[in-house]
Amino acid sequence: MTGFEAFFVQLAEDFPRWNFIWLYDEKQAGRILSGLWMTVKLSFACVLFSLVIGIAGAWLQGARNRILRAGVQGYIQFFRNTPPLVQLLFFYFALGQFTPVVTGPDGWTEVPVISAAGWAIISLSFFAGAFNVEIFRAGIEAVPYSTREAAEALGMSRTQTFTNVVFPLALRVSIPALNNNLVNLVKTTTQAFAIAVPELLYESVSVWNDFPSAQNPTMLLLFVVYLGLVGVLVFGMNSWERKMRIPGYGQ
Amino acid sequence: MKHLIATTALASVALTPIAATAAECTNDTWNRIQERGKIVVGVKADYKPWGFRDTDGSIVGMEIDMAQDVAETLGVELELTPVVASNRMQFLEQGQIDLMIATMTDRADRREIVGIVGPNYYTSGTNILAPKALGFSSWDELNGKPVCGVQGAFYNQIIEDKYGAQIVAFGGSAEARQALRDKKCVAFVYDDSSIGSAIASGEWADFEMPLASEDDSPWGLAVPKGEESCVFGRFMTGMQYGWHQDGSLIEWETKWGIKPTAYLQNLNAKLADPVAE
Repeated sequence: MTGFEAFFVQLAEDFPRWNFIWLYDEKQAGRILSGLWMTVKLSFACVLFSLVIGIAGAWLQGARNRILRAGVQGYIQFFRNTPPLVQLLFFYFALGQFTPVVTGPDGWTEVPVISAAGWAIISLSFFAGAFNVEIFRAGIEAVPYSTREAAEALGMSRTQTFTNVVFPLALRVSIPALNNNLVNLVKTTTQAFAIAVPELLYESVSVWNDFPSAQNPTMLLLFVVYLGLVGVLVFGMNSWERKMRIPGYGQ
Repeated sequence: MKHLIATTALASVALTPIAATAAECTNDTWNRIQERGKIVVGVKADYKPWGFRDTDGSIVGMEIDMAQDVAETLGVELELTPVVASNRMQFLEQGQIDLMIATMTDRADRREIVGIVGPNYYTSGTNILAPKALGFSSWDELNGKPVCGVQGAFYNQIIEDKYGAQIVAFGGSAEARQALRDKKCVAFVYDDSSIGSAIASGEWADFEMPLASEDDSPWGLAVPKGEESCVFGRFMTGMQYGWHQDGSLIEWETKWGIKPTAYLQNLNAKLADPVAE
């Protein structure tokens, strides 16, 4: 035991409320780290998929086919206007029953092809994606119509105009709002706790349930870690925004 | 490093509430109950038959009857606040509830946080609800298999460490049971008396409680830590003593269809009033 660990063991003895157990107990440290890793994976996957959904949705909103447009609208209304926790529970418990299952080695358990973490990623991505569609739409509508006309005058097709002219400009307008939504998304991953996905909140709660004395330190840790995680995301987004700056546009 | 340690130590001193000295009884909670004319009791709402929601949405159960009796004895109104295993102690600490009767196992580390006063009103062991198809016969068979549980139960850790089961802990017992029905785990680890009631209810025809119960542990109700050896704590000790002596707990057990426990019978016999006819 190093002096650092000994200090925290002593601290826990002197102050029964401040047991930083994960600083000297390897098993608890492992739990917290595995939870953190899960949270990072969830966040990364959800950010990625929600962006894909957002871009695809925004593109389809401008489609000529009315049914497609109505479909996107329906999707947005449904996912934006229902609580994400309800969506998560519905996906996991209700839809989870209709997914194909692989019977486990014991012959009784049925392991769904989509795990709890998988459902969390799906549901959170759809939820954040609905907001992203609207964010990108705002960006697209901010592109001056004359710019689009100019692209058409050059003989570009609708797809070419979108990918080469409209979307790159729209993305730059969307970044601040997108930032907001993605920050929210990272924080919302804690809801996966409700379906027993072993992410950071789940592991933290488990730790302080097993060791009531570790509650305050673990809560502090939660705050610090989420500040850090969101900090990394915001830093990344901001530097991306700076890199994409076009002189004379939006400054 | 030194600097950090010094800062942490200072911070923890600053953040630690002044330790309650046993010498001083302010009786804050007790007085507040009297002033308000109402006692707020934290109970379970998903733990049949101790505390659960009736068909009309009201919370009923054995522990609710206990809470009702406490309120009547105090001559105040009763307000119930549903709690779950992972927030019950915090609710009591923060004063959101005055008293907690929420199927809590009495453990040494919990006694440091809340005022658990004896004599314990119940005991139960740990067991599993498992499908008959799997035919479990020993705890060791759970090794490496997913077992559903509830966040905040003390035995999750024991089952994990001792038998190598993978605990999948849900926020409430309803979700855990649902996950078992959906075959997401091989068993549901819970206390044996509650599993017994669940099986007796007939809703779990294909399931059984196959193992020998482990860790027979006492249950404790709790008052805020500062009230433990003051009026409120002493009063709750008296209430429990009375329930044991006059057989109220045994009556409630029967009323709610709980399998009679030897613990209640023995204590009732031990405390029998030698003078009463």
